[in-house]
Amino acid sequence: MSDATASVTIRHPVGLHARPAVKFTKLAKTFDAAIKVRGAPDGAWVDAKSIVKVMALKLRTGAVLELVADGDGATAAVTALGALVERDFDDDG
Amino acid sequence: MAERRLQGVMAATGIAVGPIWSAERNVAPRPAADALDAETELERLRTAMADAAASLGSLGADGGMGAEILDFQTEMLADPALLEEVLPAIAVGRAAAAAWSAALDDQIAGFRAADDDYFRARADDLVDLRDRVLDALGGGVRRVDEAPPRAIVTARDLTPSRFLEADWDRLGGLALGAGSRQSHVAMLARARGVPMVVGLGDAPTSGPAALDADGGALIVDPEPATLEAFEQRRAVLDERAAAAKAALAGPALTAKGERIQCLLNLDHADAVADEVLDGADGVGLWRTEFLFLDRPTLPTEDEQAAAYGALTERLDGRPVVVRTLDVGGDKSLPGVTIPEEGNPFLGLRGLRLCLERPELFRPQLRALLRAAAVGPLQIMLPMVTVPAEVVEARALLEDCLTELRATRTAAAMPSVGMMVETPASAIGIERFPVDFVSIGSNDLTQYVMAAARDAGGRVGRLADPLDPAVLHLIGKVVADARHLGLPVSLCGDMAADPIAAMRLLDLGMTRLSVGPAALGQLKLTVADHGR
Repeated sequence: MSDATASVTIRHPVGLHARPAVKFTKLAKTFDAAIKVRGAPDGAWVDAKSIVKVMALKLRTGAVLELVADGDGATAAVTALGALVERDFDDDG
Repeated sequence: MAERRLQGVMAATGIAVGPIWSAERNVAPRPAADALDAETELERLRTAMADAAASLGSLGADGGMGAEILDFQTEMLADPALLEEVLPAIAVGRAAAAAWSAALDDQIAGFRAADDDYFRARADDLVDLRDRVLDALGGGVRRVDEAPPRAIVTARDLTPSRFLEADWDRLGGLALGAGSRQSHVAMLARARGVPMVVGLGDAPTSGPAALDADGGALIVDPEPATLEAFEQRRAVLDERAAAAKAALAGPALTAKGERIQCLLNLDHADAVADEVLDGADGVGLWRTEFLFLDRPTLPTEDEQAAAYGALTERLDGRPVVVRTLDVGGDKSLPGVTIPEEGNPFLGLRGLRLCLERPELFRPQLRALLRAAAVGPLQIMLPMVTVPAEVVEARALLEDCLTELRATRTAAAMPSVGMMVETPASAIGIERFPVDFVSIGSNDLTQYVMAAARDAGGRVGRLADPLDPAVLHLIGKVVADARHLGLPVSLCGDMAADPIAAMRLLDLGMTRLSVGPAALGQLKLTVADHGR
């Protein structure tokens, strides 16, 4: 069992909206590790693989996203998800 | 029964009398006498969700729906967390449809309450998803084309795709409980000449009604006297409409034989009848905002280039003036405009906003340069205040053109003009490095008169485009443009009013641009000028 954490600031101009959220949860689901995410230091941790939960965070640009993963591939998971956010979700629009 | 008047706001002009037909989906509650079997209901819901996912897949295959919306809905359907929200209600014996509706309505309410336009707009995607599953559960799809003849279609709100389900020539009009006159559907209604009101607060579901879109009202159970008055108004309007339609074909000549260019203001070119497109001397104002509305992401450069190129080709050699994205002020674009700007009409709107956001502006400029290789497209910049803004936009265009040439992409530098909407630009058009000007009379009027154009009462009366101060400034722009050899047109609502159009012709204006529904009338007015 391993666990890993990461923290990354959302720079995408409209925040973690539908398209980025879809990319985020799809990527999260490729890992076996349990991954949780929150958007505020006092916020609730939610399942990073659930679009319903992730969208409900309503994260806007400037929000600091914290990731924590537990289980197989935990380190790879938080690294990959953090990098996706840093790449502005590979958004070309 | 006494008649009941619901007051809203006009979104598209006209009147209609007919039966109310509700476009809301009917989620008939199943008999609640006995608690339903939870296992059965859960299975029905699972099957319906799978069917909905399959129907999303087929929509994607033929490109009928934006890929991002589709991805989002598919991902939502696949999320166990969504089903978990529904389970408690099913466990206590509620019907699948009711439990699903309630859970989704909670989610929808959550998004509607967001303080960010972007997340608020996602509520509509969830409405779509909710209804898709309800349809799969046999919740009863009501296609708008099932409405009886002359029906006044009511709903809380209506999506563009549902508007396009119906042949509106057969129907009376559209009355929405919510909605906005800036919405995509309102643009479609204006383009198609469908009388429409929004913001009624309530959306009645049955009964005879009279729709007074010009007065922004829906009258339910109208009394005989009301109906008679409507019939009289309609007879006059029908006669005018028939004459206007007959005037569509053929060039517009004044009584003295002067040729007047009658151009179109367009949003959705698809919604405009061929006889109207064919009757115009060109497009005097193509608003590009519709490409950006009602979607989760910004349109790509390729998508924009295809749209701009398609209309340019359709106009077959006639000029198409495309206005760059004009949001801000009263037109918000989630994620782009500033949500609660203190004084939005004096704030970051039009060209000001685009220059501030090159990641938004450059793809549009590149798309326009590419489409300019197809035909006589012209670029028009909105909300210009000082010459430096035009200089900056032109430099961006040059830069984009260099980029495109470097990758051997077909592109051309078209004419670049500006809207004259601010008094600062109207007072000295000679200072601006432009190839043409077009007067935006709505904004020019409100800025000259310092009165909001949508205001009522005393303030609304001040926002009069026929006020001598406004006419003086318009006359100056026309005279200055002629002196400079610059083409000048007017593309505000003003030209759609026959009395105002007559004044504009008096001022020497020879190019007028109006909405599709007003083109025939404009040609009639031109023919009367100088008589």
